[in-house]
Amino acid sequence: MGNPELEALQKEAIEEVLKAYPAKAAKNRAKHLGVDSPEGVKGACDKTRSNKQTVPGVMSQRGCAYAGSKGVVWGPIKDMIHISHGPIGCGQYSRAGRRNYYIGTTGIDTFVTMNFSTDFTEKDIVFGGDKKLKKALEEIDELFPLNNGISIQSECPIGLIGDDIQAVAKVHKKESSKPTIAVSCEGFRGVSQSLGHHIANDMIRDEVMPDASYRKDFESTDYDVAIIGDYNIGGDAWASRILLEEMGLRVIAQWSGDASYKEMAIAPKAKLNLLHCYRSMNYISRHMEQEFGIPWMEYNFFGPSKTTESLRKIAEFFGPEIQEKTEAVIAKYTAMTDAVVAKYRPKLEGKKVMLYVGGLRPRHVIGAYEDLGMEVIGTGYEFAHGDDYKRTKEDIARSTLIYDDVNEYELEQFVKTLKPDLVASGVKEKYVFQKMGLPFRQMHSWDYSGPYHGYDAFAVFAKDMDLAMNSPVWAHTKAPWEK
Amino acid sequence: MSELRQIAFYGKGGIGKSTTSQNTLAAMCHYYGKKILIVGCDPKADSTRLILHEKAQATIMQLASEAGTVEDLELEDVCKPGADEFHPDNTDITEGFIMCTESGGPEPGVGCAGRGVITAINFLEEEGAYDDELDFVSYDVLGDVVCGGFAMPIREGKAQEIYIVMSGEMMAMYAANNISKGILKYANTGGVRLAGLICNARMTDKEYDLAKNLAIQIGTQMIHFVPRSNHVQRAELRRMTVVEFSPNSDQAMEYKELARKIIANDLKVIPTPLEMDDLENLLMEYGLEEEVDEENLGQKEA
Repeated sequence: MGNPELEALQKEAIEEVLKAYPAKAAKNRAKHLGVDSPEGVKGACDKTRSNKQTVPGVMSQRGCAYAGSKGVVWGPIKDMIHISHGPIGCGQYSRAGRRNYYIGTTGIDTFVTMNFSTDFTEKDIVFGGDKKLKKALEEIDELFPLNNGISIQSECPIGLIGDDIQAVAKVHKKESSKPTIAVSCEGFRGVSQSLGHHIANDMIRDEVMPDASYRKDFESTDYDVAIIGDYNIGGDAWASRILLEEMGLRVIAQWSGDASYKEMAIAPKAKLNLLHCYRSMNYISRHMEQEFGIPWMEYNFFGPSKTTESLRKIAEFFGPEIQEKTEAVIAKYTAMTDAVVAKYRPKLEGKKVMLYVGGLRPRHVIGAYEDLGMEVIGTGYEFAHGDDYKRTKEDIARSTLIYDDVNEYELEQFVKTLKPDLVASGVKEKYVFQKMGLPFRQMHSWDYSGPYHGYDAFAVFAKDMDLAMNSPVWAHTKAPWEK
Repeated sequence: MSELRQIAFYGKGGIGKSTTSQNTLAAMCHYYGKKILIVGCDPKADSTRLILHEKAQATIMQLASEAGTVEDLELEDVCKPGADEFHPDNTDITEGFIMCTESGGPEPGVGCAGRGVITAINFLEEEGAYDDELDFVSYDVLGDVVCGGFAMPIREGKAQEIYIVMSGEMMAMYAANNISKGILKYANTGGVRLAGLICNARMTDKEYDLAKNLAIQIGTQMIHFVPRSNHVQRAELRRMTVVEFSPNSDQAMEYKELARKIIANDLKVIPTPLEMDDLENLLMEYGLEEEVDEENLGQKEA
């Protein structure tokens, strides 16, 4: 759908924003901003510059490599203990903030919401922390004997002082006979959390994938799949699992939300890897394809349209029997999702949305909004690469403003110019826009709600958007352009 | 009472820096009654042993590690008075004294020695080790300025005068030039100045002229040319400075003269380190390097 007026406004917004910068910064930032539409040729989705260093002096929302490894990939593996190696802050401020739900008894057989740290002080920097780390690993095994392995998550100082954590891990692995995996994900490496995902994937490749002990006696079926890149935020992976099981598949592993080490290790037995967060786990999916010949398929479980589309695509891989069951599943839920749309669409129709999130959501959630009649007019990623923007093209429904690593100033200006009815982004943006009088949804951890994956969860999503948009509180405040 | 002067000795590893600095400081105390605090900034912790007659004193970082944190330490734990005539209570020879501390650090290959220096110096300052009674604080710093930690003594509010110990050997000259670059970096923000080169002679060819010329080129002076003497080694075997061991010897007189010059020194400059090419030209001029034709570079022996 061409919309010349909207497109002109979006282009004007970019020009306005760039005016505030010195020439060099403007030149840099211009490459990260653009406009594209479903019928656009060589638009922003093809050209946006990404995965580059943030312009110094602006407020970026990016994280670091440690956040990508500990916070995203490794942290949710529930029966392993992930020790933050370095000063206490990184571990404590990344603790339990991501709502990776899991089943288990915390402190006994699962440990996700606990904080393990080597708590570096000056003397550890000066004399090195290898001995302290070794002792911490021993204490972990003594105090938490049911742990099924330990990952060591390096903080910045470890890389600076050159501690040999790989050697410590190797010794402990031998002594404890449990997986002990040292991840050199120092925060200063790379330009965002993205490199941390990659480093974490590489360690899974090197340390978990070769461990065939659990695979040996595993009895496969023809319908085994693994969910890759679902961190079970607010129970997303569970909601996804229901659908996959109903269509006749067997989910043998969830990576890494509510995952166990064993699940990680048996994943190579899957017939198909289902990849949700492409950005953070495409690396290991490609590896499993090369090493074990397992194909992988991206899917999107946000909103009924995309969910149905994805279910059909997955079913096609497994053939007529599964396809038949899948159609039954779709039919079963369509009545329910139709009712959700009927209830909420009249209240949300035509409302404009701007998104700014992380790995996959800037494109994946567009469909869920469109199902409710809401119009996404701007979207951007914190740490995407070129392939993410290319994929975004398939999801945008109209002329869309694209912003990579957008900073606080730019996002605020874009919102002021495009005047959306809802901003959906992170907690750092939340209060800025709410104080401007704008409805807001926190789309990293679902604002303490969720799950949002699958048909059932669409009801939760729709209700949340309605609550945000149509709360009576907005009668008491106005957006700046309405004052 | 004159104002506290903070000085530092830098130089390539193995050049005889600790020996030179301790003998010089001993002379400043012995002959001129100066009150001095030595801050050893080398994980080897050998900057004070000739003053203390000890193998190596317990270091700040070592004690902090045993106590738990550096905050658990007291100044008395880490600050030792010199032995015999260098002790504050011993005024037989001189009113002057020397107090000794070592920052210490990790064994080779682990941790961060530079951070140890920073931690130790911060501790000494916070605990008031630099008291009014002192005439000099002297930092003895390992090898080259390899990282920020070893530049700590030349940052703002620390050593104002740097003495580079060198010799007429090529690598020692490179190191001296590199240290000058380090000083230049902090000269404008921290006020640190290069105060002179001390040539600890190896008795190589044309050493005196070469050292003097290098000093002029980087904008400073060769403050003293300390000849080689086995007397120094004999004293070291007894863990003593030659100044204490044999105060009337020729070698002790050399250190006395160097001590006098340092006390009277007012030539403190922002150095003008040489570019690599200029330094090589200088070395060629004095025959330490031979000119090689462009076409022979990287060629094996014929």
